[in-house]
Amino acid sequence: MSEALRLRAENLGCERGGRLVFDHVNFELRAGELMELRGPNGAGKSSLLRLLAGLNIPAAGSVVLENAGADATLPEQSHYIGHAEANKPALTVLQNLKFWADVLGGTEITNALSTFSLQALADDQALLLSAGQKRRLALARLIAAKRPVWLLDEPTVGLDATSIGQLQAVAAAHLDAGGMIIAATHTELGMKSARHLQLGPVR
Amino acid sequence: MRNAITALLKRDFALAKSQGGGLGAALGFILSVIVLVPLALGPDQNLLQRIAPGIMWLALLLSVLLTADRMFQQDYEDGSLDVLLMAKIPFELVTLTKAIAHWLIVSLPLAVITPPLGLLLNIDIGQLPILWMAMFIGSLALSMLASIGGAVTAGLRRGGLLVSLLILPLYVPVLIFGIAAGSTNLGPNSSDSALLMLIALTIMSLVVAPWACAAALKAYLR
Repeated sequence: MSEALRLRAENLGCERGGRLVFDHVNFELRAGELMELRGPNGAGKSSLLRLLAGLNIPAAGSVVLENAGADATLPEQSHYIGHAEANKPALTVLQNLKFWADVLGGTEITNALSTFSLQALADDQALLLSAGQKRRLALARLIAAKRPVWLLDEPTVGLDATSIGQLQAVAAAHLDAGGMIIAATHTELGMKSARHLQLGPVR
Repeated sequence: MRNAITALLKRDFALAKSQGGGLGAALGFILSVIVLVPLALGPDQNLLQRIAPGIMWLALLLSVLLTADRMFQQDYEDGSLDVLLMAKIPFELVTLTKAIAHWLIVSLPLAVITPPLGLLLNIDIGQLPILWMAMFIGSLALSMLASIGGAVTAGLRRGGLLVSLLILPLYVPVLIFGIAAGSTNLGPNSSDSALLMLIALTIMSLVVAPWACAAALKAYLR
């Protein structure tokens, strides 16, 4: 990757169930930038993230990831942490994380566990975790497999102050390394130099 | 790529081990059908012998159907499908792997266990090998077709009935050729050609089912 990553969205529109959620959304994000999505409930923050993750097709417009490599698509370069955390309650913390690391193509499992202070819980079933611990397990995927674009849907929900601090540190390191983050949030993430994209209700 | 597929297989095995993949219920179903049929029909040994392959195939087919609606449901509900869709492997390979896992965990054990149970229906011991062979091949087709039903109803809370309605017509050819492959009283060479047809059906389901599943699941996620 000689040139820096660039994510460009042009005239994006999204429809859900025949209803227009948003349209004419434009932004450009460069390597090392964080963008916070703001807007009231139902403004389409989650829909925009799912759209970028390739889990939905835009009703209009296009998204391009530039300089990511010859045949790399945006979904393959992205992490998506949504409200459904994709943890299996019947498996242990370690099994869950190892599975996603294998599927997403990563190896940094020990590192991921220690980053979010999950080592002590590694052999517990995910069933036993609290809401915040489950969220940390989901966030640990970010470290376990390296992907340049992070799409986070309200990443701080359920996290205590310490964990939020860990998340901020991890996010800062990711941005310094040339990654990009798009996060939907209602509260300040406490990151400096964040850009904002305001999504309003469509009239 | 191989890493991702073995990880998916291993996870489905681990999940089946810890929470039961439906094998127990399916096995109970087969056992009750095969135990109850002689009681219901009376002790006519010739009659039992004649209808035994049909009863066994029917029991196998319906028991696989019982487990179909859960194949993708959990992964859909807990968000795993979202992340699997973003992996660097084609989504069709994911659905194929899930269906193969279902075969290995549910259908194949059932196909191995069912023929010996046929001894309760007075089948000839000499018939066991051909029954095993036909069920071994046919059970793969059953899992593949069941995966289509599972994918189409992944987002429905009570999808069981719908799965049956959708998948039963697809099971009919498997049933017909499966039974014909296992029976020796249909004339010379008929069981050979039936076995070949069964193999053809299985290969076709291997090709079609992953695409159908992937399309159905993508439609759900959108």
